[in-house]
Parts: sequence; C-alpha cells; structure tokens
Amino acid sequence: MQSLILIMISAALVNNVVLSQFLGICPFLGVSKKINTAAGMGAAVIFVMTVASLITGVLYNLVLLPYNLTFLNTIVFILVIAALVQFVEMVMKKTMKSLYNALGVYLPLITTNCAVLGIALINVQKEYSILTSVVNGFGTAIGFTIAIVILAGIRERCEYNDIPESFKGTPIVLITSGLMAIAFCGFAGLI
Amino acid sequence: MNKYVERLYNGIVKENPTFVLMLGMCPTLAVTSSAINGMGMGLTTTVVLMASNMIISALRKIIPDKVRIPAFIVIVASLVTIVQLLLEAYVPTLYDALGIYIPLIVVNCIILGRAESYASKNGIFLSMFDGIGMGLGFTIGLTLIGIFRELLGGGTIFNVSVTPSNYEPITIFVLAPGAFFVLACLTALQNKLKMPSATNGTGNPAMSCGGNCTSCAGTACAANHGLIEAQKAAEKAERAAAAKAAAEKKKAEAEKKETMKEDAKKED
Repeated sequence: MQSLILIMISAALVNNVVLSQFLGICPFLGVSKKINTAAGMGAAVIFVMTVASLITGVLYNLVLLPYNLTFLNTIVFILVIAALVQFVEMVMKKTMKSLYNALGVYLPLITTNCAVLGIALINVQKEYSILTSVVNGFGTAIGFTIAIVILAGIRERCEYNDIPESFKGTPIVLITSGLMAIAFCGFAGLI
Repeated sequence: MNKYVERLYNGIVKENPTFVLMLGMCPTLAVTSSAINGMGMGLTTTVVLMASNMIISALRKIIPDKVRIPAFIVIVASLVTIVQLLLEAYVPTLYDALGIYIPLIVVNCIILGRAESYASKNGIFLSMFDGIGMGLGFTIGLTLIGIFRELLGGGTIFNVSVTPSNYEPITIFVLAPGAFFVLACLTALQNKLKMPSATNGTGNPAMSCGGNCTSCAGTACAANHGLIEAQKAAEKAERAAAAKAAAEKKKAEAEKKETMKEDAKKED
C-alpha cells in the first residue's frame, strides 16, 4: 500500500509528466488559456489515462508477455488507445449526457496526446503490475491536471500584464512553464 | 527549380517543422539536452518519415478514405517498431539516451501531418523527397537547439569542450526548465524579426485552419470541419442544380427541335 502511494506521489509531483518528462506538451500549451477549459481537459485526461493504463496493463501482462509478443507493444498500444477514446466517446454520448457535454470536446484531442501512450510504455519499461500501472496512470494524469490548471491560472493573470512586444503569445507561456518546471524541481527531495 | 529540390528546400527552410510549423514539440523539448541526442532523434524521425511517406503514397489509391487515419497509424507504428529494434541492435548508446521517445515517434504530429497533407495526394518519389526534406528540417532544428543547450549548460558542443576552463556552465540549461527557456527565446526572436512562424500571428492562410496555432487549441479544426462540410453540401447542391438545368435545357432544345420539325412538316 505504502509503495503505491509513493508511486502516485512520484508520478504526480516529482516526475511531473509535462514539466519534467515533456509528454503532452501540445494540449499543455494549447488548451491552457482559461481555467475552465484546462480543468475540463485535465478531467478528460484523468479518465482516459486511468482506463488506458488498465487496458494496456491487462493486455501486456496477460497477452503480449505470455506469448512473447512484446515487440508489438507500440502498435498494439496506439491502436487500443485510439479505439478506446472513440469507444468512450460513444458510450458517454449515449449514457452520460452531462459528462459528455463537459468533456466531449476534449476527448478526440486526447488520441494525439503522447502522454497517454507514453504512460503505457513507461509502465512496461518499469515492469509494473496491472494494479501499479493503474495507480501510476492515475497519478500521472493528476500531475498533468495540476500543471495545466496552474498554467491556465497564471495565463489568465498574464493577460493584463505589460509583456515585452516580442515575448507576447507563445514565448511568455514557455517562460512561465520553465519557471513552473524550476518550482517542480523542488519536489525532487520529497521521496 | 527542380521539383525534387524544391521539396527539400520547402522542408528545410520554407516550412521548417521546428521553427515555422512548430510541430513535434515533445521530442523537441525532451531530447535536445545535447547536440548529438538532438541529431540522433532528428535522423531517426527522418528515416521513419521518409519510409512512411513512401508507403502511404504507394498505397494511397488502395486505402479507403474512411479508415485512412487508422491505416496510417498502423503503417507508422510498424515502421517505428522496425527502427526501434534496429537502433537497439546497432546503436545501443543512442537507444538508451532516447529511451521512451523512440516509440513515441508514432504520435509525432509531423509524420501523420505529412501523410495526411502530402503523401496521400502525391507520387512516391515526390513524397519520399518531401519526407527527407521535412526530416532534415526537423534534424537541423533539434541539432541547433541541442547545440545551444549543450554550450550554455555544459560548455561543450558534440562533447568537444569549446569554452575556457574558468567558464562555469549554467547547468539549468541541460535540465528540464532550460528546454522551455531556450525555445521561448527562440520564438521571441522569431516574433521580433517578424519571421514566418505558426506563433507570430499572421499564420499560413493556405492551411485550411488558417495556420494560426496560438488562437486555435484544436477547436478551429472542429469548427472548420463543419464549415467545409457545409461548403461541400452547397457545392453538391449547386452541381445537382446545374445538372438539372442542363438536362432541362437539353429537353427544351429537343422539344424545340421537334416542334420545329413539326412546323417544317406542316409547312410542307
């Protein structure tokens, strides 16, 4: 139990998926203009990443590993994730209308989010069991949400600040992320 | 200019994926802690891009339009797996340095982007040269960023020490935050010089989404989709109307002829 909590904290804070591993930079920079949308994206990522970790973990440990097919990792994982996102979208549309309205827009964007595939591969690389994979995926997604919501908050504030002309737009967002990355370096001593 | 050379020029200078299109940001930030890593990543991507462009271009008439994206993904994923196994066998040091970012080439938007916008519409050799050009553009971008980060953060270029011995390296530039700072300064420089880039406002009007990535967040795509569908429907309706009009005209003419014939008969 203790090791699971440690893995979760490590995934969410110490090895933050965006700020220290550079996965999922595109949504991080693209969908962080407003806190609301950032939180929506974060929630969608938490949902998809947890389910994707579970399914890829089951597939890897029960199918690919016993039959010596581990070289098919990349192909199997990307197809499973793409199909999963489509499937989740369809199920949500039918059964959970309100949740679909809240997250619907962000779901298709997640297919191209390299963080989801990245976590599936990291789980394999670190030889995590199915349960540990799910915890790792959930923790990583929490880390993504924390980072994107903080960035969105800072960007909303930045809107009215006096920024040098050539740094307006993307450059100042990148500088902000850099400063956040320095701040998150401080968690390194946590574990 | 020869059209093959033009493809190379387009990929390396005019539509450089790193500096102009701002595609594939994850590997750009992650693996450029040294020049040699950046170059290795760039060349690996070039090989995958060239091969995927060739295969997709060769199969462009066989793959049905509706399932083209999954088909492209399978092709790219297979190629990436091949390249990954080759690297593991022959260049293990690079394989260890790049680690998880090699399989993640699958989700690099440059590859699917080129497949969708170029290879699925053009011939095999043109697509191959497009892949080489784009790949080299990406390689040059990554190598340049890698050189700056290595020089500032470690005082070396390609592992050769170039700074005086009393130079204290700014270690933060080889760590995670440095990647953001270098890229920020680079895009700021582009803004300052008003160079063409996806980030400095003007965008690329030739792209269906306007090419302005700062104001997009992926939503323009969905909005555009509706617009394009509407446009297509309007065009279809117009064409149908035109066809109908033409048919009616023909009919009218035929009738006219017949009446004329009849008139002629009557006159006889």
